[in-house]
Amino acid sequence: MTRYVVQRLGQMVPVVIGTTFLIYALVWSLPGDPFAAKCGDRPCPPTYVARMTAEYNLDDPLPLAYLQYMGNLFTGDFGQTFAGVPIADELLQRYPITLKLTVLAILVELVIGVAAGVLAGIRRGGFLDNLVLVSTLVVVSIPVFVLGMLAQVTFGVRLGWFPVTSDGTLYSLVLPAIVLGSLSLAFVARLVRANLVENLRTDYVRTAVAKGLTRQRVIGVHTLRNSLIPVVTFVGADFGGLLGGAVVVEGIFNIPGVGNMIFRGINAHEGATVTAAVTVLVLVFLFVNLLVDLLYAVLDPRIRHV
Amino acid sequence: MPVSPRRSMVLGTVAVALVLGACGGDGDDEAGESANTVTVRGCNPQAAFVPANSNEVCSGDILDQVFSYLVRYDAETGQPENEIAADITSEDSKTWTITLQDGWTFHDGSPVIAQSFVDAWNWAAFGGNATLNSYFFEPIQGYADVQGQFDEETGEYTEGSAAAETMSGLQVVDDLTFTVTLSQPESQFPMRLGYTAFAPLPESFYDDPEAYGQHPIGTGPFEFESWEPNIDVRLAAYPDYNGEVKPSIDGAVYRIYENDDAAYNDLQANQLDIMPLLPTSALAGDTYKIDLGDRFLRRETGVFETITFAAATAVDPRIRQAISMSINRQEIIDTIFAGARVPATGWVSPVVPEAQDDACGVYCTYDPTAAQELYAETAGIEEPLELTYNADSDHKAWVDAVCNNIQTTLEIPCVGIPVVDLATFRDLVTNRELGGIFRTGWQMDYPSLENFLVPIFATGASANDGDFSNDDFDRLVGEAAAATGEEGVALYHEAESLLAEFMPAIPLWHRVNIAGYSTHVENVRLTVFQTVDLLSVTTTG
Repeated sequence: MTRYVVQRLGQMVPVVIGTTFLIYALVWSLPGDPFAAKCGDRPCPPTYVARMTAEYNLDDPLPLAYLQYMGNLFTGDFGQTFAGVPIADELLQRYPITLKLTVLAILVELVIGVAAGVLAGIRRGGFLDNLVLVSTLVVVSIPVFVLGMLAQVTFGVRLGWFPVTSDGTLYSLVLPAIVLGSLSLAFVARLVRANLVENLRTDYVRTAVAKGLTRQRVIGVHTLRNSLIPVVTFVGADFGGLLGGAVVVEGIFNIPGVGNMIFRGINAHEGATVTAAVTVLVLVFLFVNLLVDLLYAVLDPRIRHV
Repeated sequence: MPVSPRRSMVLGTVAVALVLGACGGDGDDEAGESANTVTVRGCNPQAAFVPANSNEVCSGDILDQVFSYLVRYDAETGQPENEIAADITSEDSKTWTITLQDGWTFHDGSPVIAQSFVDAWNWAAFGGNATLNSYFFEPIQGYADVQGQFDEETGEYTEGSAAAETMSGLQVVDDLTFTVTLSQPESQFPMRLGYTAFAPLPESFYDDPEAYGQHPIGTGPFEFESWEPNIDVRLAAYPDYNGEVKPSIDGAVYRIYENDDAAYNDLQANQLDIMPLLPTSALAGDTYKIDLGDRFLRRETGVFETITFAAATAVDPRIRQAISMSINRQEIIDTIFAGARVPATGWVSPVVPEAQDDACGVYCTYDPTAAQELYAETAGIEEPLELTYNADSDHKAWVDAVCNNIQTTLEIPCVGIPVVDLATFRDLVTNRELGGIFRTGWQMDYPSLENFLVPIFATGASANDGDFSNDDFDRLVGEAAAATGEEGVALYHEAESLLAEFMPAIPLWHRVNIAGYSTHVENVRLTVFQTVDLLSVTTTG
């Protein structure tokens, strides 16, 4: 187990270096001088351009600029945004917000998704089953930004049940989390249902029923646990997707999270900001996936990591 | 129930998730807001709050509330009036004597004296500080001497490379008087002294400019209270404010939005009080009138859009005039901009107090027949006309409409060429890599005739993207700068009228801001700079 974890951690090193270099190179190779539009419709003072060019090593060849950047990164210096705010401060402020939003979204998709999947699965072909199938189909076919704006106008502006935009409270993240988690919720519900239906036909379930176990125990312990393995895989991979996909939802609900930061960084050609934010994103993604792989062994004793 | 190690791990994971989710519960809620404060839509500043580095609305909006300047512009007319200055005089438009009123203080209690201005301007102009607004001090004598050198290799500023540390044109006479000597006469010099870059700075600024940028100390009606990046900026009324009109509100909160539609939805739900510029989506089909009732106002602004001819395009001015006459400005404004523009009849925004009507005359009036006749007199243009624009803003619709007008009227094939974003677009323009015609815009720094003419059309000027060069024009604006009063205004008008003969850029329209407000506030007014006039706002309790 320990060996496995160390091995996996070792694999992360090249992945992180590779992704950061790719992102750094891509952002700096965007066409156009990043300081060309800083002064509106006229060129900026030459002294300003010279200072900024020096500060971000834009004159150096790319590999050298990247090495300088990574060197600073390892000494804990994330640099500054063009606006002069330390990037580390921005990350510390924004990541907890995006993480909260993502974890809430995952809770939404797990709690509602698994419940809907179980209800649909145990009464296959019944009314609930059809209801879940149809409603998940609707959710899957509506793009997130439409869903987000619709939810905001209906529940925020018209009905006033939720704050229209984020005001820093956890409650104001609930509606965005439901929107963000809705797509995955549909997938989870369908995954659980399909697996449950399949597992209910297996021999060990029949044995359990024949043994006289209660229906709750048969479904809750013997069947559901096995049916959750693909769900865990899905949620693990989805975690990264949700973190990144929060860009749209954060925009609609004005949540000062990391998605906004990346979006603005790309627009302003701020390589340092984008690279720092995405690097953390990559790290979180890798660790969550490791966690998921470890969880397999917990859910299914037949899987062993050596 | 005994808990197996395996089960405890699953439970642990769930518990961690719950805690992660719950740790936001201690976030401050908005309940502490006093009834007599207003919330205003804000945005993320692109530089710290230092006047010399503020050249965009996000930081400018806030600095304009925190600072009073030598002059202020009347919110209605744009006419400059003395504010901190008691008197600004000059015999020859070259050496200006500025006396200050007694009694103005910075928010830290220190008095505003002549030195506060002189030091601040010297700091802003000094090359080593590399400020964004340094070019505003270019007209002052000795500006070139303080620029200094940047090392080609490292890009670092070379210490001591500047011939002087301070501009020779700035001299302190006594605590309340200083003189400004310009390198050449400029009759409209006092007009610009209400711009953010000309703010005075307190002593404490020079100790730590970076800390100051996080918490600026100004002279204006509102004190800077706090700045939580990405969340909000809080201002409180300054009790010792020396201006004539005191604010009636206790403070203001600029809530930072990245997204216009989010802010607009908050406005509809009464969770945001004032939004100085409504989003395009709300303007379409006059939706905002249904959503807000009569809680909106319109204000003409100093934002002006033009189409500039690349130096080699349609050298015959008659072709340029014909193209201008073939554009149906009013129809485009009605159908595409939902009325949020006014057609341009000259090159100076109507918010400038001395702007003249109709400088462009027939050449900016839609007249397809006259355009065709004029075009027929010329040799015409051979190649299709390419109209380049930046595609990261709402430009495509009007570019297509303008091209369509040109094509229909003059039968010149015209295509809109999008460039991915403003940075790339401006890069192409600055390096003169664009041919054909391209979109240009101008947002005034201060409401003066000079600001709409000299930086854009004088030979070699910083925003002269079409490389227009005309001796008569240069002579007229030069004489206008040296002349005083009415005479100077007349000369500027003459220079502007001259542009119609050469048509270096086609005037299209001036932007009109449509602002909206909640039921919580009244007496909302916008300044000529599209910012909210917080001095006039009142709350309904």
